[in-house]
Formats: sequence, structure tokens, C-alpha cells
Amino acid sequence: MSITREKLVDAYTTMVKIRTFEEHAAQLFAEGKIPGFVHLYVGEEAVAAGVCATLRDSDYITSTHRGHGHLISKGGDVKRMMAELFGKRTGYCKGKGGSMHIADMTLGIMGANGIVGGGPPLAAGAGFACKYLGRDDVAVCFFGDGAANQGTTHEAMNLASCWKLPVVFVNENNRYGISCSVDRATCVTDIADKAAAFDMPAVSVDGNDLMAVYEAASEAVERARRGAGPTLIECKTYRQRGHFEGDPAGYRSPEEVAEWKAKDPIPRLEKKLLEMGVLAEDRIREIRAGVLAEVEEAVRFAEESPLPDPSEVTEDVYA
Amino acid sequence: MATMTFADALNDAHRIEMRRDPNVFVVGEDVGIYGGIFGVTKGLLEEFGEMRVRDTPITESAFVGCAVGAAAAGLRPVAELMFVDFIGVCLDQIYNQGAKMRYMFGGKARIPLVLRASCGAGIGAAAQHSQCLEAWFMHVPGLKVVMPSTPADAKGLLISAIRDDNPVVFLEHKLLYATEGEVPEGECTVPLGKADVKRKGEDVTVVATAAMVPKALAAAETLAAEGIGVEVVDPRTLLPLDEETILASVKKTHRLVVVHEAVKFAGPGGEIAAMVAEKAFDYLDAPILRVAAPFSPVPFSPPLEQAFIPSEERIAQAVREVVGA
Ligand SMILES: Cc1ncc(C[n+]2csc(CCOP(=O)(O)OP(=O)(O)O)c2C)c(N)n1
Ligand SMILES: [Mg+2]
Repeated sequence: MSITREKLVDAYTTMVKIRTFEEHAAQLFAEGKIPGFVHLYVGEEAVAAGVCATLRDSDYITSTHRGHGHLISKGGDVKRMMAELFGKRTGYCKGKGGSMHIADMTLGIMGANGIVGGGPPLAAGAGFACKYLGRDDVAVCFFGDGAANQGTTHEAMNLASCWKLPVVFVNENNRYGISCSVDRATCVTDIADKAAAFDMPAVSVDGNDLMAVYEAASEAVERARRGAGPTLIECKTYRQRGHFEGDPAGYRSPEEVAEWKAKDPIPRLEKKLLEMGVLAEDRIREIRAGVLAEVEEAVRFAEESPLPDPSEVTEDVYA
Repeated sequence: MATMTFADALNDAHRIEMRRDPNVFVVGEDVGIYGGIFGVTKGLLEEFGEMRVRDTPITESAFVGCAVGAAAAGLRPVAELMFVDFIGVCLDQIYNQGAKMRYMFGGKARIPLVLRASCGAGIGAAAQHSQCLEAWFMHVPGLKVVMPSTPADAKGLLISAIRDDNPVVFLEHKLLYATEGEVPEGECTVPLGKADVKRKGEDVTVVATAAMVPKALAAAETLAAEGIGVEVVDPRTLLPLDEETILASVKKTHRLVVVHEAVKFAGPGGEIAAMVAEKAFDYLDAPILRVAAPFSPVPFSPPLEQAFIPSEERIAQAVREVVGA
């Protein structure tokens, strides 16, 4: 199941787009243009890009509080996402949700989530709906190393395994849940080992290696599509920035951060693509320029869009 | 007296009780190394060590339930739920276990537990990090519910809550953490179940909670200039509710406005209004009004969020209405 050249270029473009989006979001947050909480995905791009490269529009994903990368990878629109971060009416949620609740139900993106461990049961539900309706679509659940300890996560994995649901659980092990390191929060070295309790196939991969993520995901998605049940994929990665923007992150050493920055997934993939002859330097420059223009356009769109009217507060509560 | 913030006053209360009673311990997510996401438990790990200041995995059911179990077994836990919105993850442990054990066991258990949680809107944290859920807890016999509005009350009430032999849900409005006030030094307690008259007035009683108290006081100031005397009563403890203080005020002013940030429908104000209607109907010269949030989740975008949160102006308008001004 090795990845095609075309998909490699797409995945690379996605990763650069996520990074560019996040860097702009960080800057705009610092300038006070984005209210609330913003959790950035910098350093973890290969996970969402690699997994979503195996999906189609009709598949589902559940995301987390750190959801920008998931939305971009699943094909979401950066304009509407940036507008949502700004709280504008043109945003994905008409300004009602913000960064922590961006969603695009037309692309199967069942929402970023403010509740750690909120997503796994929803993914089981989406998987069940696919099975029930006789569709061969799947649901992918992104969740963190912190979320891996929540009861809801274990309950959802158990249910998905018992019912052989078409779900892929993708653990983003970035080593921390806010200040709590994974070594203090769980007693297993590999989160993948938890799948044994559910008799679920599992694999632990280098989450900063796009190809490794893609390979594991395509196998798991294929298994889910043919009705053989769920898989757990643990992607070992690292968040390069604080937990949220404004977090001084004093709980980890500068050496550790530097060590992981050296393993940054984007230059790593870029180098590989150059070596493989999939991309040349000028094509890379072109991709980067195209992505930058797209994100800058998104920022302009967000800045120029109107704020919602206060009368909209009570709209959308019920169907 | 010392001037300190609401967050520091809470920190002080923790230190005093932890020094005084070796069975008091703190448990929750990011309470140790990080010092609490709002800084309330800052420095406790350094002073009291890892056995007494316990960072937990992200497992609210486990650590809140663990606090209930530890309380039943003789300790005095102070558990921090980062945002009260997360109560949904662990509700069973507090409302079916902690709140009911004593009763179900025929009075044979004691659960001296404090569950602290931040609450409230105003920082753009959106629908799952901004709620005021005090009415949920007020509906559970066996719990006590505390909601302070000043640094001094926060300190005194937290000390009382830690010393109380019942499970106490202690709700801290996140906009109050940075507010400053005079706080008595050393051991000081504010009794649970005792309201405080924050401002005296003759014409209208405004019962307000948490972050609505400073807004009610500001509205009272504006209204004083219009010749309307507003008495602001802060219940401080919602369960048990100090009916006596509220009734005494209403019997004097003959008018009542209840203000809270929780949604109006089935909110805490309904209980207060009903209590006054039952016990002081003959004293009322006007219908009771409630100023509260509309029936929607808390929106993210600032103009929507500001429309959601009851404003000083809406409070003043309600007061004018009950006096017929
Ligand atoms: C139920 C619940 N508990 C706690 C939080 C507060 N919180 C938000 S993100 C986070 C850390 C999550 O860690 P992890 O799952 O590893 O995801 P990461 O942030 O590393 O991407 C915590 C504790 C929350 N939002 N929901
Ligand atoms: Mg993590």
C-alpha cells in the first residue's frame, strides 16, 4: 500500500498549509485579533495529513481541541476556518463555536471538541451509522495521549471492537496533556498496547514520518471498509508550541523541545521528496507560495467579514 | 487585612488548611507542576510535596471519584475540576456517590470533600468552557453549593468548605480570579449558608451571585443617582440558601430582582423567586423579575457572548421596571 507520487505531493501541500495557517493564527492571536483559546498543531502535521490522505469526503472524522490540522487535512476551507477563529458570521459556525468547535458536516468533519475524550464515542456512532446504512464509509477518531486515559475512550474502543465497527482510532501521542507528561499519566510505554484489552489490532508508528502514518492508516481504513473492525494507530509526535497560545510551557526542557524540532515532519518529508525526485526545489517554492497566498487571502477574508448580530444568540439552538 | 486577588485568596485558604490539617490534600489536572490552569494552586506542590498535591491523568471520573472515596476513608480532599463544564464526564461520582452515601447508609458515612471548579463566560471560551451550572448541583440533596463574589468571601468560604463534613461544590467565576480586594490575614472563616448584604438600600432588593455582584453594585451606583436605593444581597452559598437574609431585605424594600449568569429557565433565580413568593408574597409591591442569560449555549464570538451575559444596563433596567420608574 505505498503512496502514489500525486498523493505525496498533496500530503506535503496539506502539511505546509497547516503549518502556514497555524503560524498566522499564532501571530493573529498575539495581536489580539483572535479571542478565546487557540491550540496549535505545529509539529504534528504528518499525522492528520497522512491519515486523511486515505479518506474520502463521505468518511467521517472526529477531532479535538487541537483541530485546525484535522479540518485542513479533511479538505476544509481555510477561509471559513479563519473567519470562525475571528468570531465572524462568515465562519464555519457563524461565530458560535470558535477554534474549539470548527466543523464541516458536509465533509464528515464532526467537530473539533472542547471535551477531552468527547470524540471517541461519537466516532463509534458515526461508524455504526455507516454499518447500519450499508455504506462502506469509515470514521476516524483523532485523540491525544491525554484523552487515551479517559473512560469514554476505553468505552468507545470496547464498543467498536465488540460491534466490529468501521472505526480507526488515531492516537496523537505528543507526550503531554497540558503539563502532564505521558510518563506520569499512563503506565504503558506504547499507547498502542491498550488495544490488547479490546482484542483490537494496533500499531505504533513514527508520527513525524508521513509515509509511516499513511501506510498504517491505509491498512486500517481498508480493514474497516471491508467490515473487519476497528484499529488503533498510535502516532508518536510532539507539539512544538505551548499547550495553548500563551502557555509558557515551563514543564518541559528546552533540550527536549529542540530535540523534537530537529525531527520536524515537514523538512523531513521535503528532503525525502527531493531525494525521490517527486519534487524539485522550484516546485516546492511554488507550493509554498501558493499556500501562503491562500492563507493570506483567508486572513483578509476573516478581517473583512462582518461580526454576527447580537440577535443571533438564540438562533440554531433547536432544529 | 491584605490586598490580594481572588485567586491568591483561594491559594491562601488552601495553604492555611493544609498546614493545619495533614489530611487535607489537593487533587486534579495540572494542579501541581502547573499550579492550576488559573493559578489557584500555585506553589502548593513546592510547599506540601507530591503526596498532598496530586496531578492526575485526564480522567475526571477517576479523580473526582477518588476524592469521594478518600473522603469516605478519612481524608479531606480538595479536588479541582478545571472547568465546571467537565462535570458531565464525572457527574455520577459526585451526585450519585458522594452526595448520597451518607443518606443511603443511614447516616453512617461522612464525605468531607470540596470540589472546586471554574465557571462562567466572558473570555471567549465558547459553549463547553463557559457555563454556569450551579442549578444542577442545587437540585441534589446531600450537596452544598458555594459561589463567592469577593476575594475575602472566597478565602473564608473555602476554609469553611474544607472544614465542613459534607461534599461542597465550590464554584469560582473565572472573571473574578484577577479581581482584588481586602482579605483578612491568617485563619478566617465565612460560614456556609450565610448571605451577605453587599450594599444597603431601601427601594429594591437585588439578589445577585458571583460575577453578577460587581455588576449589580455598579448598577446600584447608577440608580442611586436616579434616586433609587438598591440593596444588593449576595447569597454566597446557594445550598443551603440563607432565606432569612433575603426575606428580611424583601420585607424592607418590597421589591425583588434576581440576577445570575446561568440561563434563566430553571435557573437558580427561579428557586429564589419561588421562595420569596411563598414566604413573603404579602410584602411584594411588584412582580419579581429575573435578569439572566437567554436559553442558549454560550456563544463564542464577542458580540454574541456579550449579548448572552447579563449586563449592568439590563440589571438597572429591571430595577427601574419594578419601581415603576
Ligand atoms: C474532559 C476534559 N478535561 C480536561 C480538559 C482540559 N484540557 C484541554 S486540552 C487538555 C490536554 C489534552 O491532552 P491530549 O489529549 O494529550 O491532547 P493534546 O493537547 O496534547 O493535543 C486538557 C487537560 C478538557 N478540555 N476536557
Ligand atoms: Mg497530548
